[in-house]
Amino acid sequence: MNLLELIREPWPWYVAGPLIGLTVPALLLLGNKSFGISSSLRHICAACFPADIPFFTYNWRKEVWNLFFVLGILLGGFIATYFLANPADLVVAESTRAELSALGIRDFSGLMPADIFTVENIFTPTGLIFFVLGGFLVGFGTRYAGGCTSGHAIMGLSNLQWPSLVATICFMVGGFVGTHVLLPWLLNLAP
Amino acid sequence: MNKIEKDLELNATLAEEFVCDAPNEQAQPEGPVANLKYLLVGVLFGIVFVKAEIISWFRIQEMFRLDSFHMYGVIGSAVAVGMLSIFLIKKFNIKTLSGESVHLTPKTFNRGQIYGGVLFGLGWAITGACPGPLFAQIGSGYLAVVVTLLSAILGTWTYGYLRPKLPH
Repeated sequence: MNLLELIREPWPWYVAGPLIGLTVPALLLLGNKSFGISSSLRHICAACFPADIPFFTYNWRKEVWNLFFVLGILLGGFIATYFLANPADLVVAESTRAELSALGIRDFSGLMPADIFTVENIFTPTGLIFFVLGGFLVGFGTRYAGGCTSGHAIMGLSNLQWPSLVATICFMVGGFVGTHVLLPWLLNLAP
Repeated sequence: MNKIEKDLELNATLAEEFVCDAPNEQAQPEGPVANLKYLLVGVLFGIVFVKAEIISWFRIQEMFRLDSFHMYGVIGSAVAVGMLSIFLIKKFNIKTLSGESVHLTPKTFNRGQIYGGVLFGLGWAITGACPGPLFAQIGSGYLAVVVTLLSAILGTWTYGYLRPKLPH
């Protein structure tokens, strides 16, 4: 198997996890930057529509590195999907597959369920749940919590910050409730 | 300390100057060219996100259904490597590229980490994405996620607007 074929295969956790962990020292040593992604959403608010809200009136230009970083993530996603894509279908755990089938998910071939994440769905009840409501909760919740999986779970825990442990536990609690209670309920509302 | 004093103190903390969870602590200013470094780190990071299928809605479902170790392995080993890195940086006082000492901002606890954390978790389960993967999903061609991102920006803005009224 040549190198490109190897890269095209899905990467196991013990390769991906350490690489993600290395982002922490990389950003610190490149320019004293603390790893965190949800703050980019706040900088966008501060740059585009601060509306005299104290929370958005700060010198966002000093934090512009964060916007370069997330733009890079977008480009990286493009490169990986269009040049390094895995030719085979995604392998979804059998039990997850069965449970999601019961909820009406049909397409398990791609990274995202094609029956939900389509442009055609934007103006449907499904779109309202998965894009508008879901996105709102992500933006509101991460800012309320003062960080997301990167800022709290990875950066905060790496720096032994107990508030980040509290936040991470709450992320997981929300995720379990969302998966087992909220999501089935919402999918019943929008068949 | 009684309740009123506690509230006053909290208000003072909230009114404090800009506190960011991913602050730029570099003393020297940086131009647009220097910022390309972070773009490049982002590109590599985005490639890992897609190749390890972390941006997959299905992988997040597997995690919350306890059907796969993958996401736990990714987050756990990322934290282990991050912890070791910060330990080494502190122990050997490793300097940044421009020769500054590494500055780490401690996180201060407030109840927002509980309320906001749970709300974010709910959104994580629905969208299958935390903020980072949102960007990578868009790059991967899932253009509907642009709506999710715009809604997340609106959510962030709404938090900023309601902040003085929310319990912290």
